[in-house]
Amino acid sequence: MEAAMDLMRRMPPSLSQQALDSLLALLPAHSSQLLSRSDQPLQVAWDEEFDKDYLLCDYNRDGDSYRSPWSSKYKPELEDGVQPSAELRKLEQEANEVFSIYRDQYYEGGISSVYVWEPEDGKGFAACVLIKKDGSDAGDGRRGLLQEGSWDAIHVIEVKEDEDHQFGHYCLTSTVMLALTTANQSSGPFSLSGSITRQMESDLSIENGHLCNIGRLVEEMESKLRNGLDQVYFGKTKEVVFTLREPLGVMSATSHVGQSLQRMIVNDLGRSR
Amino acid sequence: MDERLYDQAAKEAFPEYNVKNMISLEMPDGSGQVLLTEFGQLDRSRYLDPRTASVAVVDHVKQVCTEVRPADDEDLPSAYVEGFRFSVDAALMKYVDDAFQGGECSVYCTKGKDVEKSGGEFELTVVICNSSYSPKNFRGGCWQSVWRVLINEELRTATLQGTISVNAHYFEEGNVQLESSRKFNDTVTLQDGKDAGTTIVHVIEHLESVYLSSLEEQYSNLSDRTFKELRRKLPVTRTLFQWDKALQLSLTREITREFSNKR
Repeated sequence: MEAAMDLMRRMPPSLSQQALDSLLALLPAHSSQLLSRSDQPLQVAWDEEFDKDYLLCDYNRDGDSYRSPWSSKYKPELEDGVQPSAELRKLEQEANEVFSIYRDQYYEGGISSVYVWEPEDGKGFAACVLIKKDGSDAGDGRRGLLQEGSWDAIHVIEVKEDEDHQFGHYCLTSTVMLALTTANQSSGPFSLSGSITRQMESDLSIENGHLCNIGRLVEEMESKLRNGLDQVYFGKTKEVVFTLREPLGVMSATSHVGQSLQRMIVNDLGRSR
Repeated sequence: MDERLYDQAAKEAFPEYNVKNMISLEMPDGSGQVLLTEFGQLDRSRYLDPRTASVAVVDHVKQVCTEVRPADDEDLPSAYVEGFRFSVDAALMKYVDDAFQGGECSVYCTKGKDVEKSGGEFELTVVICNSSYSPKNFRGGCWQSVWRVLINEELRTATLQGTISVNAHYFEEGNVQLESSRKFNDTVTLQDGKDAGTTIVHVIEHLESVYLSSLEEQYSNLSDRTFKELRRKLPVTRTLFQWDKALQLSLTREITREFSNKR
Protein backbone atom coordinates (compact mmCIF):
# COMPACT_ATOMS: atom_id res chain seq x y z
CA MET A 1 0.00 0.00 0.00
CA GLU A 2 2.84 2.38 0.90
CA ALA A 3 4.52 1.81 -2.44
CA ALA A 4 1.19 2.27 -4.22
CA MET A 5 0.51 5.58 -2.45
CA ASP A 6 4.07 6.75 -3.15
CA LEU A 7 3.48 6.05 -6.81
CA MET A 8 0.14 7.86 -6.84
CA ARG A 9 1.74 10.91 -5.24
CA ARG A 10 4.24 11.17 -8.08
CA MET A 11 2.27 10.23 -11.17
CA PRO A 12 1.56 13.00 -13.65
CA PRO A 13 -1.81 14.31 -12.43
CA SER A 14 -3.29 13.93 -15.92
CA LEU A 15 -2.61 10.19 -15.74
CA SER A 16 -3.93 9.69 -12.22
CA GLN A 17 -7.10 7.90 -13.33
CA GLN A 18 -5.07 5.52 -15.48
CA ALA A 19 -2.59 4.96 -12.66
CA LEU A 20 -5.37 4.22 -10.19
CA ASP A 21 -7.01 1.78 -12.60
CA SER A 22 -3.69 -0.03 -13.04
CA LEU A 23 -3.09 -0.22 -9.30
CA LEU A 24 -6.61 -1.52 -8.72
CA ALA A 25 -5.91 -4.26 -11.24
CA LEU A 26 -2.65 -5.15 -9.48
CA LEU A 27 -3.88 -4.87 -5.91
CA PRO A 28 -7.58 -5.81 -5.87
CA ALA A 29 -7.39 -6.65 -2.16
CA HIS A 30 -6.54 -3.03 -1.37
CA SER A 31 -9.18 -1.49 -3.61
CA SER A 32 -11.23 0.22 -0.90
CA GLN A 33 -8.12 1.81 0.62
CA LEU A 34 -6.82 2.89 -2.78
CA LEU A 35 -10.13 4.46 -3.71
CA SER A 36 -10.56 6.31 -0.44
CA ARG A 37 -6.98 7.58 -0.23
CA SER A 38 -6.47 8.85 -3.75
CA ASP A 39 -8.29 11.84 -5.12
CA GLN A 40 -9.79 11.69 -8.55
CA PRO A 41 -11.47 14.40 -10.64
CA LEU A 42 -15.15 14.78 -9.86
CA GLN A 43 -17.80 13.14 -11.99
CA VAL A 44 -20.99 14.85 -13.05
CA ALA A 45 -24.62 13.71 -13.17
CA TRP A 46 -27.76 15.41 -14.42
CA ASP A 47 -30.82 16.18 -12.31
CA GLU A 48 -33.73 16.10 -14.80
CA GLU A 49 -36.25 17.56 -12.39
CA PHE A 50 -34.22 20.70 -11.70
CA ASP A 51 -32.43 20.83 -15.07
CA LYS A 52 -29.07 21.10 -13.31
CA ASP A 53 -25.74 19.30 -13.03
CA TYR A 54 -24.54 17.90 -9.75
CA LEU A 55 -21.26 16.38 -8.61
CA LEU A 56 -20.64 12.88 -7.33
CA CYS A 57 -18.66 11.82 -4.28
CA ASP A 58 -18.75 9.30 -1.48
CA TYR A 59 -20.87 11.61 0.69
CA ASN A 60 -23.89 11.64 -1.62
CA ARG A 61 -23.57 7.98 -2.57
CA ASP A 62 -25.73 5.12 -1.36
CA GLY A 63 -24.77 1.83 -2.99
CA ASP A 64 -24.42 2.68 -6.67
CA SER A 65 -26.80 5.63 -6.62
CA TYR A 66 -26.02 9.29 -6.10
CA ARG A 67 -28.26 11.89 -4.46
CA SER A 68 -28.84 15.23 -6.16
CA PRO A 69 -28.42 18.29 -3.89
CA TRP A 70 -31.29 19.99 -5.78
CA SER A 71 -34.08 17.41 -5.67
CA SER A 72 -32.47 15.25 -2.96
CA LYS A 73 -33.47 12.25 -5.11
CA TYR A 74 -31.19 9.36 -5.98
CA LYS A 75 -30.15 8.42 -9.44
CA PRO A 76 -30.52 5.55 -10.27
CA GLU A 77 -33.70 5.58 -8.20
CA LEU A 78 -33.44 4.23 -4.70
CA GLU A 79 -36.25 3.52 -2.27
CA ASP A 80 -35.14 4.45 1.26
CA GLY A 81 -31.85 5.98 0.17
CA VAL A 82 -29.96 7.77 2.97
CA GLN A 83 -31.35 11.29 3.48
CA PRO A 84 -30.12 14.10 5.76
CA SER A 85 -32.42 15.18 8.60
CA ALA A 86 -34.93 17.96 7.83
CA GLU A 87 -32.75 20.52 9.63
CA LEU A 88 -29.58 19.48 7.83
CA ARG A 89 -31.43 19.35 4.50
CA LYS A 90 -32.49 22.96 4.97
CA LEU A 91 -28.88 23.96 5.62
CA GLU A 92 -27.84 21.91 2.59
CA GLN A 93 -30.31 23.69 0.31
CA GLU A 94 -29.22 27.09 1.49
CA ALA A 95 -25.57 26.16 1.13
CA ASN A 96 -26.08 24.99 -2.44
CA GLU A 97 -27.76 28.26 -3.39
CA VAL A 98 -25.16 30.47 -1.76
CA PHE A 99 -22.19 28.48 -3.08
CA SER A 100 -23.73 28.70 -6.55
CA ILE A 101 -23.41 32.45 -6.38
CA TYR A 102 -19.88 32.19 -4.94
CA ARG A 103 -18.98 29.79 -7.69
CA ASP A 104 -20.28 32.09 -10.36
CA GLN A 105 -18.29 35.02 -9.05
CA TYR A 106 -14.98 33.22 -8.82
CA TYR A 107 -15.33 30.64 -11.56
CA GLU A 108 -17.56 32.38 -14.13
CA GLY A 109 -19.25 29.06 -14.81
CA GLY A 110 -18.58 25.59 -13.52
CA ILE A 111 -20.62 23.29 -11.31
CA SER A 112 -20.92 23.18 -7.52
CA SER A 113 -22.58 20.84 -5.05
CA VAL A 114 -22.78 20.82 -1.26
CA TYR A 115 -23.73 17.79 0.81
CA VAL A 116 -24.43 17.85 4.54
CA TRP A 117 -24.60 14.91 6.91
CA GLU A 118 -24.42 13.92 10.54
CA PRO A 119 -21.10 12.30 11.49
CA GLU A 120 -20.93 8.89 13.13
CA ASP A 121 -20.41 10.24 16.65
CA GLY A 122 -23.62 12.24 16.32
CA LYS A 123 -21.93 15.45 17.43
CA GLY A 124 -22.21 18.54 15.26
CA PHE A 125 -22.40 18.04 11.50
CA ALA A 126 -20.17 17.63 8.46
CA ALA A 127 -20.36 19.04 4.97
CA CYS A 128 -18.51 18.82 1.71
CA VAL A 129 -18.33 21.54 -0.88
CA LEU A 130 -17.42 20.39 -4.38
CA ILE A 131 -16.57 22.67 -7.26
CA LYS A 132 -15.71 21.62 -10.80
CA LYS A 133 -14.69 23.93 -13.62
CA ASP A 134 -13.87 23.16 -17.23
CA GLY A 135 -11.91 26.17 -18.40
CA SER A 136 -11.11 24.89 -21.86
CA ASP A 137 -12.15 26.70 -24.98
CA ALA A 138 -14.75 23.99 -25.58
CA GLY A 139 -16.02 24.28 -21.99
CA ASP A 140 -16.58 27.34 -19.83
CA GLY A 141 -13.37 29.14 -20.78
CA ARG A 142 -14.20 32.71 -21.74
CA ARG A 143 -10.94 33.88 -23.15
CA GLY A 144 -10.03 31.02 -25.47
CA LEU A 145 -6.68 30.56 -23.78
CA LEU A 146 -6.88 26.92 -22.89
CA GLN A 147 -7.07 23.85 -25.05
CA GLU A 148 -7.62 21.91 -21.89
CA GLY A 149 -8.39 23.20 -18.44
CA SER A 150 -9.88 21.58 -15.38
CA TRP A 151 -10.16 22.50 -11.74
CA ASP A 152 -11.65 20.15 -9.16
CA ALA A 153 -11.97 21.25 -5.57
CA ILE A 154 -13.11 19.03 -2.73
CA HIS A 155 -13.61 20.64 0.67
CA VAL A 156 -14.67 18.58 3.67
CA ILE A 157 -15.67 20.43 6.82
CA GLU A 158 -16.35 19.06 10.27
CA VAL A 159 -18.27 21.39 12.52
CA LYS A 160 -18.73 21.11 16.28
CA GLU A 161 -20.39 23.65 18.53
CA ASP A 162 -19.18 24.52 22.02
CA GLU A 163 -21.45 23.93 25.04
CA ASP A 164 -22.94 27.44 25.02
CA HIS A 165 -23.56 27.27 21.27
CA GLN A 166 -21.68 30.54 20.88
CA PHE A 167 -18.68 29.27 19.01
CA GLY A 168 -18.16 26.72 16.33
CA HIS A 169 -15.00 24.67 15.81
CA TYR A 170 -14.35 24.12 12.12
CA CYS A 171 -11.93 21.62 10.68
CA LEU A 172 -11.46 21.96 6.94
CA THR A 173 -9.56 19.55 4.66
CA SER A 174 -9.30 20.69 1.07
CA THR A 175 -7.91 19.15 -2.09
CA VAL A 176 -7.54 20.93 -5.38
CA MET A 177 -6.65 19.10 -8.59
CA LEU A 178 -5.97 21.06 -11.71
CA ALA A 179 -4.73 20.60 -15.23
CA LEU A 180 -4.22 23.14 -17.99
CA THR A 181 -2.83 23.13 -21.51
CA THR A 182 -2.50 26.41 -23.37
CA ALA A 183 -3.96 26.77 -26.81
CA ASN A 184 -1.22 28.72 -28.53
CA GLN A 185 -0.60 26.60 -31.61
CA SER A 186 2.64 28.21 -32.70
CA SER A 187 4.55 27.79 -29.49
CA GLY A 188 3.77 24.14 -28.91
CA PRO A 189 1.92 22.52 -26.00
CA PHE A 190 2.52 23.87 -22.52
CA SER A 191 0.83 21.75 -19.86
CA LEU A 192 0.77 22.17 -16.15
CA SER A 193 -1.06 19.86 -13.82
CA GLY A 194 -1.06 19.43 -10.10
CA SER A 195 -2.83 18.61 -6.91
CA ILE A 196 -2.42 19.73 -3.34
CA THR A 197 -4.20 19.06 -0.08
CA ARG A 198 -4.19 21.31 2.95
CA GLN A 199 -5.93 21.48 6.30
CA MET A 200 -7.13 24.39 8.35
CA GLU A 201 -8.82 24.66 11.75
CA SER A 202 -10.65 27.63 13.17
CA ASP A 203 -12.86 28.69 16.05
CA LEU A 204 -15.45 31.26 15.01
CA SER A 205 -18.45 32.92 16.62
CA ILE A 206 -21.74 31.55 15.35
CA GLU A 207 -23.55 34.90 15.47
CA ASN A 208 -23.81 34.98 11.65
CA GLY A 209 -24.54 31.30 11.36
CA HIS A 210 -22.46 28.33 10.27
CA LEU A 211 -22.88 28.87 6.55
CA CYS A 212 -21.17 32.25 6.68
CA ASN A 213 -18.23 30.77 8.56
CA ILE A 214 -17.92 27.76 6.29
CA GLY A 215 -18.09 30.02 3.27
CA ARG A 216 -15.34 32.31 4.53
CA LEU A 217 -13.07 29.40 5.38
CA VAL A 218 -13.56 27.75 2.00
CA GLU A 219 -12.92 31.04 0.25
CA GLU A 220 -9.75 31.65 2.26
CA MET A 221 -8.53 28.13 1.63
CA GLU A 222 -9.23 28.27 -2.11
CA SER A 223 -7.32 31.52 -2.44
CA LYS A 224 -4.38 30.05 -0.54
CA LEU A 225 -4.37 26.94 -2.71
CA ARG A 226 -4.75 28.88 -5.95
CA ASN A 227 -1.94 31.25 -5.07
CA GLY A 228 0.21 28.45 -3.71
CA LEU A 229 -0.14 26.40 -6.87
CA ASP A 230 0.37 29.37 -9.12
CA GLN A 231 3.30 31.03 -7.38
CA VAL A 232 5.06 28.37 -5.39
CA TYR A 233 4.42 25.11 -7.14
CA PHE A 234 4.36 26.18 -10.76
CA GLY A 235 7.20 28.55 -9.95
CA LYS A 236 9.30 25.61 -8.81
CA THR A 237 8.76 23.77 -12.08
CA LYS A 238 9.99 26.88 -13.87
CA GLU A 239 13.07 26.87 -11.64
CA VAL A 240 13.76 23.26 -12.60
CA VAL A 241 13.59 24.04 -16.32
CA PHE A 242 15.78 27.11 -16.09
CA THR A 243 18.36 25.13 -14.13
CA LEU A 244 18.41 22.41 -16.79
CA ARG A 245 18.92 24.91 -19.58
CA GLU A 246 20.23 28.33 -18.61
CA PRO A 247 19.35 31.39 -20.63
CA LEU A 248 22.60 32.40 -22.32
CA GLY A 249 23.84 35.94 -22.08
CA VAL A 250 22.02 36.44 -18.80
CA MET A 251 24.09 38.08 -16.10
CA SER A 252 22.96 36.21 -13.03
CA ALA A 253 25.33 35.40 -10.20
CA THR A 254 24.77 31.67 -10.50
CA SER A 255 24.62 31.25 -14.28
CA HIS A 256 27.58 29.84 -16.11
CA VAL A 257 27.95 32.98 -18.14
CA GLY A 258 27.54 35.19 -15.09
CA GLN A 259 30.23 33.37 -13.17
CA SER A 260 32.78 33.46 -15.98
CA LEU A 261 32.05 37.14 -16.43
CA GLN A 262 32.56 37.69 -12.71
CA ARG A 263 35.95 36.00 -12.93
CA MET A 264 36.88 38.14 -15.91
CA ILE A 265 35.95 41.34 -14.11
CA VAL A 266 37.80 40.36 -10.94
CA ASN A 267 40.90 39.54 -12.97
CA ASP A 268 40.70 42.82 -14.87
CA LEU A 269 40.31 44.77 -11.64
CA GLY A 270 43.33 42.98 -10.19
CA ARG A 271 45.43 43.87 -13.25
CA SER A 272 44.47 47.52 -13.41
CA ARG A 273 45.72 48.33 -9.90
CA MET B 1 7.76 -16.70 -8.30
CA ASP B 2 7.93 -13.00 -7.37
CA GLU B 3 11.63 -12.85 -8.29
CA ARG B 4 10.96 -14.28 -11.75
CA LEU B 5 8.06 -11.89 -12.32
CA TYR B 6 10.20 -8.93 -11.32
CA ASP B 7 13.04 -10.02 -13.61
CA GLN B 8 10.65 -10.47 -16.51
CA ALA B 9 9.02 -7.11 -15.96
CA ALA B 10 12.36 -5.38 -15.40
CA LYS B 11 13.83 -6.84 -18.61
CA GLU B 12 10.98 -5.21 -20.53
CA ALA B 13 10.64 -1.99 -18.63
CA PHE B 14 14.25 -0.93 -18.06
CA PRO B 15 15.46 -0.84 -21.67
CA GLU B 16 12.40 1.16 -22.65
CA TYR B 17 12.91 3.56 -19.77
CA ASN B 18 16.63 3.95 -20.34
CA VAL B 19 16.35 4.76 -24.03
CA LYS B 20 13.28 6.97 -23.68
CA ASN B 21 15.01 8.97 -20.96
CA MET B 22 18.32 9.00 -22.82
CA ILE B 23 20.35 7.99 -19.80
CA SER B 24 24.11 8.28 -19.98
CA LEU B 25 26.45 5.65 -18.62
CA GLU B 26 30.12 5.82 -17.72
CA MET B 27 32.26 3.82 -20.12
CA PRO B 28 34.65 1.52 -18.21
CA ASP B 29 37.70 2.49 -20.29
CA GLY B 30 37.50 6.05 -18.96
CA SER B 31 36.72 7.56 -22.34
CA GLY B 32 33.60 9.34 -21.11
CA GLN B 33 29.87 8.76 -21.11
CA VAL B 34 27.76 6.93 -23.65
CA LEU B 35 24.26 8.22 -24.33
CA LEU B 36 21.58 5.56 -24.77
CA THR B 37 19.30 6.64 -27.60
CA GLU B 38 17.29 5.01 -30.35
CA PHE B 39 19.72 6.55 -32.85
CA GLY B 40 22.72 4.75 -31.50
CA GLN B 41 20.97 1.49 -30.71
CA LEU B 42 22.58 -1.42 -32.56
CA ASP B 43 20.57 -3.99 -30.65
CA ARG B 44 18.93 -4.32 -27.25
CA SER B 45 22.17 -4.15 -25.29
CA ARG B 46 24.68 -2.49 -27.65
CA TYR B 47 24.88 1.23 -28.26
CA LEU B 48 27.14 3.22 -30.55
CA ASP B 49 29.09 6.17 -29.19
CA PRO B 50 30.03 8.16 -32.31
CA ARG B 51 32.43 10.43 -30.46
CA THR B 52 34.80 7.61 -29.53
CA ALA B 53 33.77 5.38 -32.46
CA SER B 54 33.09 2.60 -30.02
CA VAL B 55 30.26 0.28 -29.05
CA ALA B 56 29.11 0.11 -25.45
CA VAL B 57 27.61 -3.06 -24.04
CA VAL B 58 24.98 -2.25 -21.46
CA ASP B 59 23.13 -3.97 -18.61
CA HIS B 60 19.82 -2.14 -18.66
CA VAL B 61 18.50 -3.32 -15.33
CA LYS B 62 21.69 -2.48 -13.45
CA GLN B 63 22.07 0.70 -15.56
CA VAL B 64 25.73 0.04 -16.09
CA CYS B 65 28.05 -0.13 -19.10
CA THR B 66 29.83 -3.45 -18.80
CA GLU B 67 32.14 -3.35 -21.79
CA VAL B 68 33.46 -1.09 -24.55
CA ARG B 69 34.74 -2.26 -27.94
CA PRO B 70 35.84 -0.37 -31.02
CA ALA B 71 32.96 -0.07 -33.50
CA ASP B 72 32.94 -2.00 -36.77
CA ASP B 73 33.62 0.02 -39.90
CA GLU B 74 30.13 -0.80 -41.18
CA ASP B 75 28.58 1.01 -38.18
CA LEU B 76 30.63 4.16 -38.79
CA PRO B 77 30.13 6.90 -41.39
CA SER B 78 32.51 7.62 -44.28
CA ALA B 79 35.47 9.88 -43.57
CA TYR B 80 33.70 12.60 -45.55
CA VAL B 81 30.55 12.48 -43.43
CA GLU B 82 32.59 12.02 -40.27
CA GLY B 83 34.28 15.32 -41.00
CA PHE B 84 30.95 17.09 -40.69
CA ARG B 85 29.84 14.98 -37.77
CA PHE B 86 33.01 15.78 -35.88
CA SER B 87 32.69 19.49 -36.57
CA VAL B 88 29.08 19.59 -35.33
CA ASP B 89 29.99 17.51 -32.26
CA ALA B 90 32.84 19.85 -31.32
CA ALA B 91 30.65 22.96 -31.56
CA LEU B 92 27.83 21.12 -29.77
CA MET B 93 29.98 20.12 -26.82
CA LYS B 94 30.95 23.72 -26.27
CA TYR B 95 27.30 24.86 -26.44
CA VAL B 96 26.12 22.12 -24.09
CA ASP B 97 28.92 22.91 -21.67
CA ASP B 98 27.85 26.56 -21.57
CA ALA B 99 24.09 26.14 -21.43
CA PHE B 100 23.35 22.78 -19.86
CA GLN B 101 25.01 22.15 -16.53
CA GLY B 102 25.51 18.42 -16.34
CA GLY B 103 24.02 17.81 -19.78
CA GLU B 104 25.15 15.19 -22.27
CA CYS B 105 25.06 15.23 -26.05
CA SER B 106 25.87 13.22 -29.12
CA VAL B 107 25.80 13.50 -32.91
CA TYR B 108 24.85 10.49 -35.00
CA CYS B 109 24.79 9.94 -38.72
CA THR B 110 21.30 8.64 -39.31
CA LYS B 111 21.09 8.71 -43.12
CA GLY B 112 23.61 8.45 -45.94
CA LYS B 113 26.54 7.38 -43.81
CA ASP B 114 28.42 6.07 -46.83
CA VAL B 115 28.06 9.29 -48.83
CA GLU B 116 31.31 10.64 -50.30
CA LYS B 117 32.09 14.17 -51.45
CA SER B 118 29.55 15.38 -54.05
CA GLY B 119 27.67 12.17 -53.47
CA GLY B 120 24.40 13.65 -52.26
CA GLU B 121 22.69 14.41 -48.99
CA PHE B 122 23.24 12.88 -45.59
CA GLU B 123 21.57 13.39 -42.23
CA LEU B 124 23.10 14.00 -38.85
CA THR B 125 21.00 13.73 -35.71
CA VAL B 126 21.98 15.96 -32.83
CA VAL B 127 20.81 14.85 -29.39
CA ILE B 128 21.01 16.86 -26.17
CA CYS B 129 19.78 15.53 -22.85
CA ASN B 130 19.95 17.09 -19.43
CA SER B 131 18.13 15.64 -16.50
CA SER B 132 18.20 16.34 -12.83
CA TYR B 133 16.56 14.22 -10.15
CA SER B 134 16.67 15.20 -6.54
CA PRO B 135 14.10 13.18 -4.59
CA LYS B 136 15.22 14.63 -1.28
CA ASN B 137 14.43 18.08 -2.63
CA PHE B 138 11.22 16.71 -4.08
CA ARG B 139 12.07 17.80 -7.57
CA GLY B 140 13.13 16.43 -10.91
CA GLY B 141 13.12 17.27 -14.56
CA CYS B 142 14.46 16.49 -17.99
CA TRP B 143 15.25 18.46 -21.16
CA GLN B 144 15.65 16.58 -24.42
CA SER B 145 16.34 18.02 -27.84
CA VAL B 146 16.58 16.02 -31.03
CA TRP B 147 17.67 17.88 -34.16
CA ARG B 148 17.63 16.18 -37.56
CA VAL B 149 20.09 17.99 -39.80
CA LEU B 150 19.96 17.25 -43.51
CA ILE B 151 23.16 18.44 -45.18
CA ASN B 152 23.37 19.02 -48.90
CA GLU B 153 26.90 20.09 -49.70
CA GLU B 154 26.18 20.84 -53.38
CA LEU B 155 23.43 23.29 -52.47
CA ARG B 156 25.42 24.34 -49.41
CA THR B 157 22.40 23.99 -47.14
CA ALA B 158 21.66 22.41 -43.81
CA THR B 159 17.96 21.87 -43.14
CA LEU B 160 17.10 21.46 -39.49
CA GLN B 161 14.03 19.80 -37.96
CA GLY B 162 14.04 19.85 -34.21
CA THR B 163 11.89 18.73 -31.32
CA ILE B 164 12.51 19.96 -27.81
CA SER B 165 10.67 18.24 -24.94
CA VAL B 166 10.78 19.30 -21.36
CA ASN B 167 9.26 18.00 -18.21
CA ALA B 168 9.60 19.19 -14.64
CA HIS B 169 8.21 17.81 -11.40
CA TYR B 170 7.90 19.29 -7.93
CA PHE B 171 6.29 17.21 -5.23
CA GLU B 172 6.89 18.56 -1.73
CA GLU B 173 3.51 18.19 0.00
CA GLY B 174 1.80 18.32 -3.33
CA ASN B 175 2.38 17.09 -6.85
CA VAL B 176 2.83 19.46 -9.76
CA GLN B 177 4.19 18.67 -13.20
CA LEU B 178 5.07 20.60 -16.31
CA GLU B 179 5.11 19.06 -19.77
CA SER B 180 6.04 21.12 -22.74
CA SER B 181 7.40 20.59 -26.22
CA ARG B 182 8.07 22.50 -29.42
CA LYS B 183 8.97 21.69 -32.97
CA PHE B 184 11.19 23.85 -35.14
CA ASN B 185 12.11 23.95 -38.82
CA ASP B 186 14.90 26.04 -40.29
CA THR B 187 17.37 26.07 -43.14
CA VAL B 188 20.79 27.65 -43.05
CA THR B 189 23.43 28.28 -45.69
CA LEU B 190 26.84 26.68 -45.20
CA GLN B 191 29.34 29.32 -46.18
CA ASP B 192 32.82 28.79 -47.58
CA GLY B 193 35.47 29.24 -44.99
CA LYS B 194 32.97 29.02 -42.15
CA ASP B 195 32.96 25.90 -40.04
CA ALA B 196 29.75 23.95 -40.77
CA GLY B 197 29.51 22.71 -37.19
CA THR B 198 29.62 26.21 -35.73
CA THR B 199 26.97 27.43 -38.18
CA ILE B 200 24.60 24.58 -37.46
CA VAL B 201 24.98 24.66 -33.67
CA HIS B 202 24.52 28.41 -33.74
CA VAL B 203 21.04 27.90 -35.22
CA ILE B 204 20.23 25.25 -32.64
CA GLU B 205 21.37 27.52 -29.84
CA HIS B 206 19.27 30.36 -31.17
CA LEU B 207 16.10 28.30 -31.58
CA GLU B 208 16.47 26.70 -28.16
CA SER B 209 16.78 30.17 -26.67
CA VAL B 210 13.63 31.21 -28.52
CA TYR B 211 11.85 28.25 -26.94
CA LEU B 212 13.12 29.16 -23.50
CA SER B 213 11.83 32.71 -23.95
CA SER B 214 8.41 31.47 -24.95
CA LEU B 215 8.34 29.33 -21.79
CA GLU B 216 9.24 32.39 -19.78
CA GLU B 217 6.33 34.19 -21.37
CA GLN B 218 3.90 31.37 -20.64
CA TYR B 219 4.94 31.39 -17.00
CA SER B 220 4.60 35.14 -16.69
CA ASN B 221 1.08 35.02 -18.12
CA LEU B 222 0.01 32.21 -15.81
CA SER B 223 -1.04 34.10 -12.73
CA ASP B 224 -2.99 36.95 -14.26
CA ARG B 225 -4.29 35.51 -17.49
CA THR B 226 -4.13 31.75 -17.97
CA PHE B 227 -5.14 30.77 -14.47
CA LYS B 228 -8.16 33.05 -14.64
CA GLU B 229 -9.80 30.62 -17.06
CA LEU B 230 -9.98 28.21 -14.15
CA ARG B 231 -10.51 30.45 -11.17
CA ARG B 232 -10.20 34.19 -10.72
CA LYS B 233 -8.05 35.60 -7.91
CA LEU B 234 -11.02 37.72 -6.83
CA PRO B 235 -14.55 38.34 -8.12
CA VAL B 236 -15.03 41.12 -10.67
CA THR B 237 -15.95 43.41 -7.78
CA ARG B 238 -12.33 43.06 -6.57
CA THR B 239 -13.56 42.38 -3.06
CA LEU B 240 -14.04 39.16 -1.19
CA PHE B 241 -17.38 37.40 -1.54
CA GLN B 242 -20.09 38.98 0.59
CA TRP B 243 -21.33 35.93 2.44
CA ASP B 244 -23.83 37.75 4.64
CA LYS B 245 -25.36 39.58 1.66
CA ALA B 246 -25.58 36.34 -0.30
CA LEU B 247 -27.41 34.70 2.59
CA GLN B 248 -29.89 37.57 2.73
CA LEU B 249 -30.40 37.21 -1.00
CA SER B 250 -31.10 33.51 -0.78
CA LEU B 251 -33.46 34.04 2.15
CA THR B 252 -35.35 36.67 0.14
CA ARG B 253 -35.59 34.27 -2.76
CA GLU B 254 -36.95 31.56 -0.48
CA ILE B 255 -39.55 33.91 1.05
CA THR B 256 -40.63 35.02 -2.44
CA ARG B 257 -40.89 31.40 -3.46
CA GLU B 258 -42.98 30.57 -0.38
CA PHE B 259 -45.27 33.52 -1.16
CA SER B 260 -45.80 32.56 -4.77
CA ASN B 261 -46.42 28.94 -3.72
CA LYS B 262 -49.14 29.97 -1.28
CA ARG B 263 -51.06 32.02 -3.89
